[in-house]
Amino acid sequence: MDIPYVVKLREDTNLYNAKVGIWLFLASEVMLFGALFSSYILLRVGAPHGTWPHGLLNIPIGTFNTTVLITSSITVVMAWASLKMGNFGKFRFYQAITLLCALSFLTIKTFEYRDKFTHYEIWKTDGTRLTGHIEGTPWFWNTATLQEKKLDHVTVHPDAHHYAEPAQAHRAEVKAEHGADHAAGISIPTAEISRLSAFVPAHSTYFAIYFTLTALHALHVFGGALVIGYLWGPGAKLWRTDPDRFTNRIEISGLFWHFVDLVWIFLFPVLYLL
Amino acid sequence: MSDPQHIAKHVKVYITVFIALLVGTLVTVMMYSFHFSSVAVTITIALFIATVKASLVAGFFMHLVSERKAIYAILAFTAFFFAGLMALTIWATHDNPDLTKSLQSAPHAAVAPVPHVP
Repeated sequence: MDIPYVVKLREDTNLYNAKVGIWLFLASEVMLFGALFSSYILLRVGAPHGTWPHGLLNIPIGTFNTTVLITSSITVVMAWASLKMGNFGKFRFYQAITLLCALSFLTIKTFEYRDKFTHYEIWKTDGTRLTGHIEGTPWFWNTATLQEKKLDHVTVHPDAHHYAEPAQAHRAEVKAEHGADHAAGISIPTAEISRLSAFVPAHSTYFAIYFTLTALHALHVFGGALVIGYLWGPGAKLWRTDPDRFTNRIEISGLFWHFVDLVWIFLFPVLYLL
Repeated sequence: MSDPQHIAKHVKVYITVFIALLVGTLVTVMMYSFHFSSVAVTITIALFIATVKASLVAGFFMHLVSERKAIYAILAFTAFFFAGLMALTIWATHDNPDLTKSLQSAPHAAVAPVPHVP
């Protein structure tokens, strides 16, 4: 049985069905990310003074990833345009770049996550706090880990500044903080530590919403790359038998990809800069 | 949009939009080095730039500047409910005087004087 309106336009909508379908799906996606953005706003403005971390994300890496996604967006639309002009070779070329961009984005994100999982905040019993890396760069340690491992002290290489310090002073040192110039290790007795947490969702509402938003977005990048990869590889044989239908599939996958780019355009300033 | 010659003309527009998006990203990052008077101003400017960039992507890469009425109808409903969602959020923040206070606070990142160790 043939599926109707995969190429031919419906008389009532003047569109092929998949296009209506993807826009309805994107509408639901707007509400999904919208709900998470509104959660972010509530958490951000409701955070008590000094508790909302800032300057902990690597801005040059975030900027690079933004550029990578923007580049992938133009290659997607150029791939579709190439098919419209009957140039399958160029389509393959542009979509290969798109896939490379997707892979680059996810790889960079993985390294960013890894950095957070080995970066710690320590709350001391005297009320002071510091951030930095624990010697040996362990992953996912928390207060319970100190007891489980029966450690009497931890050696920490503290960051130049704590995020709760005034923004002006903090910003001047952000570069240094992300460089390798951590201070020499200091030994902190376990008895003086009231709380220890890596920069994981349990650390704070900031990291909870950061990981929720960015992981959901990364999942969309992965899903989009799978579809684009399929249409670049085995799915491309449709071009030989039904080029119009294949071109429509590329347009649909492209619309999804642009939406993923669009979400990141908002995520980048909100999470990295504000 | 199906005419190949028409598409070829659009390729130039795509490249222009691409450059505009890169410039927008640069402006967003440069904005970070400025210190605005309040959190609300900073957020507003950052979201304005992001909205312009998103409009370029939606308008030209997603072809919304020349779409069918059915798509606009879907998006009108989406915009309505999205606006409602955000309005409820803002309403909720004004429901709580403490939240309103933190929005109006003067410094970009007003923080408590937490002692730094070491």
